[in-house]
Amino acid sequence: MSTSLAEPVVDSETSWPAWFREQQAAAMGEFEGTPSPNRKMESWRYADFAAADISGFQPAGPLQNEGRIINSSNGLPEFSAKLVFGNNTLLHQDTARLPEGVILKSLDAAAREDEALFRKYFMAQPVELGSHKYAALHKARLTTGAMLYVPKNVEVELPIEIFHWVEGENASIFPHTLIVCGENSKVTVVDRFQSADGKRAFACGVNDLHLERGANLTYVAVQDWAKESVAYHINSTIVDKDASSTALNINFGGGFVRGESLSRMVGEGARSVMLSLNPMDGTRQIDQRTLQDHAAPNATSDLLYLNSLDDTARTIFAGLIKVEEGAHRTDAYQKVRNLMLSDDAEANSMPGLEILADDVRCTHGATSGEINEDELFYMEARGIRKTDGRRLIINGFFQTLLERLDSEPLRAELGKQVSSRLGVPY
Amino acid sequence: MSTDTKPDISIDRSIGDFSYDMNYEFDAGVGLSEKTIDYIADVKDDPEWIRKFRKDAYKKFLEKPMPTNWASHDLDNIVFENIRYYLSQGTQPKRSWDDVPEEMKKTFERLGIPEQERKFLAGVEAQFDSEAAYSNIKAAVGEQGVIFVGSTEGLHKHPEIFKKWFGKVIPTGDNKFSALNSAVFSGGSFIYVPPGVKVKHPLQAYFRINAESFGQFERTLIIADEGAEVMYMEGCTAPKFETSTLHSAVVELVAMKGAKIQYVTVQNWSPNVFNLVTKRGLAHEEAEIKWIDCNIGSRLTMKYPGVVMKGRKARGEVISIALASDGQHQDTGAKMIHAADETTSNIVSKSISIGTGRSTYRGMVHVPKHLKGCKNNTECDALLINSHSRTDTYPSITVRGQGNACQHEASVSQISEEQIFYMQQRGISEGAAMSLAVNGFVNDLVQQFPMEYSVELKRLIDLEMEGSVG
Repeated sequence: MSTSLAEPVVDSETSWPAWFREQQAAAMGEFEGTPSPNRKMESWRYADFAAADISGFQPAGPLQNEGRIINSSNGLPEFSAKLVFGNNTLLHQDTARLPEGVILKSLDAAAREDEALFRKYFMAQPVELGSHKYAALHKARLTTGAMLYVPKNVEVELPIEIFHWVEGENASIFPHTLIVCGENSKVTVVDRFQSADGKRAFACGVNDLHLERGANLTYVAVQDWAKESVAYHINSTIVDKDASSTALNINFGGGFVRGESLSRMVGEGARSVMLSLNPMDGTRQIDQRTLQDHAAPNATSDLLYLNSLDDTARTIFAGLIKVEEGAHRTDAYQKVRNLMLSDDAEANSMPGLEILADDVRCTHGATSGEINEDELFYMEARGIRKTDGRRLIINGFFQTLLERLDSEPLRAELGKQVSSRLGVPY
Repeated sequence: MSTDTKPDISIDRSIGDFSYDMNYEFDAGVGLSEKTIDYIADVKDDPEWIRKFRKDAYKKFLEKPMPTNWASHDLDNIVFENIRYYLSQGTQPKRSWDDVPEEMKKTFERLGIPEQERKFLAGVEAQFDSEAAYSNIKAAVGEQGVIFVGSTEGLHKHPEIFKKWFGKVIPTGDNKFSALNSAVFSGGSFIYVPPGVKVKHPLQAYFRINAESFGQFERTLIIADEGAEVMYMEGCTAPKFETSTLHSAVVELVAMKGAKIQYVTVQNWSPNVFNLVTKRGLAHEEAEIKWIDCNIGSRLTMKYPGVVMKGRKARGEVISIALASDGQHQDTGAKMIHAADETTSNIVSKSISIGTGRSTYRGMVHVPKHLKGCKNNTECDALLINSHSRTDTYPSITVRGQGNACQHEASVSQISEEQIFYMQQRGISEGAAMSLAVNGFVNDLVQQFPMEYSVELKRLIDLEMEGSVG
């Protein structure tokens, strides 16, 4: 095991084909050759560079509690398949109930066995929102990840569950989920990012979603790293003609989380819904950058990010709706709402628009406000204590977002998690 | 605004019989160095502290990078070495009426600009004499103790007030162009309104053309003392033909307790001009500063009027209209810094992009820690006329703590086909219908301008809309 993140993974710890090992060496060079983010970069405006620092982390070692981790990997009661990763290794896979033709396997296996598919889609979308340095590190140190391919016209009825665990003080992991939805296919995937021991760790994850014509994808990422952890999550979604993607990022944990989400509508009638739910407290920070890129006409994108900020929590939201030339009849919506719960919290909102086509409807909004005293009073008048009333209001604030999900079991499971974290009965 | 505060515009502007002492035909040459600054300071007979201020600013100008990490790369086309930084009135290049582009002559005609002014605005005549009108206003406000002079005169005759506030609202190093202005400024106005004085006439830079107010690097400082009220207007709707390509003004406003300042700008530089302006006001307790800003001309305008609300219940407002036609980029916006409890700010921005025009809204709203009852409202609406038109919105809102409310909303749309169809059905041509629709889009803001401005603005929009259809 190497001791520094800047040292390449040794051959014995990986099963990548040689051609990918070469790409990894190049990526390590890119990581080292790319300057660290700094104040002059617009994509890092307001960022807290001290909190984003990754210098104290080492590569994750072997797992101590493999069995316990596998047994704790429980999400929805009913699912069609499950993969469990821990410290950059695939621990468990249950894919027997998947419809015929669906590929769900480790990324390294996919690179060996489905090379054409892998080459076409793996990190095909360049990182544009500021963290390309970390994306290079991710690629250089990647040992495995999840690869899902749903063939044309196949519908996977029950959700697919993927768990990514980290264990050990200052351990680093590089989770990766690659999803390719063939024409008119349909699937729901839940990525769960968890800490096995509550210790400070570093995660640098990438997930890329590709939707071919008419495909329908629901993707949920539930991030629950330990409180002090540093995490970079880089997402991209490429949506082709008439395809529809709904992606939800929930951030329960992490001390510093940088999330970058890019949605590109490349075919007419494409649709991308981008959601995020972030109950923030303590000294936690979340730094989210998004892009809704309309490269084709008649497409729709709809972004809604909700933050609640307690204690000295800090949020950054920088979003951009970009309507490229010729992307007429674009319908784009973007909204961030900050619910301020403390005098020491800080919310930074930068909702942006760049419009190069004329026949469009684009709106964005950003609000920062506090809990409505009238609502609290109403509840107090009915015997609900102020502290409980506050929690109920925060819970209600978040639950409305979950209603945007189609799947009832998913809504219920996530709704319960949100409620229990706020100490409210579901 | 009420009609009784309208300026007296019935003066006889046809009198071209001006006498201007042209004994200073100075030219600081091309390029910028310490020597240029010494030259300007010598010519203007600056006190020593101003000379030092200029030199410090020059150093900051050299240190500061171009803001191209976020701003338009068109800025890289400014060649600082090729610019004349000081040119007195008498030495401005002469041009004959025949050289004035036809377009421009037509515009003057349509706007109904008096013959005499046309020549000035077209750069045919170095000066337009309006001394009569100017001295009328000056006499009227002088009786109330109002000081309304050029910035040079202000600094020489009223150093006790001038020095106290000069460079305090906008520090020299605020940005590269405020540093440049601080190094080479000349022209602009200095206004002081004594406590409790409410100036009835809007003070107009338009009437003060002789006094260098249209300088390239003008510097304006307006102070409204406790409970005072003043409205200041600069620019005019007519296009102003310019040979110099860089304009970089700094405007500082100070509203003391309970004072009110309104600053109205109509910018219509010719499309070869880089217009890079820093404007900011400091509002003390219960004071109110309102920027009413309209940008029609220039090649690239970068202007984000700001208000620092320093005292309790202070209020800041920016009303902005931008019209970007072919080849133009209007990069405008607002900056609202809440620095006391119960301060409120409002930003309403409307932009129209025509042809290959690009309009950008950039905003900053800042509510720091432990403030209570601060409110901000921001609305940005953009209208796109043609398929190559472009619009951007880049707001940034920082809120610390609870007990404050900020909301931002922006929308982008095009003129509804139904509206146009409806009007065409009633016999209005497509072009006229488009004009009506655009005028309707900005109408609520245009009404906030003084009457004669709003009339001219409407005509101007009609003009700009001509030929944009089809």
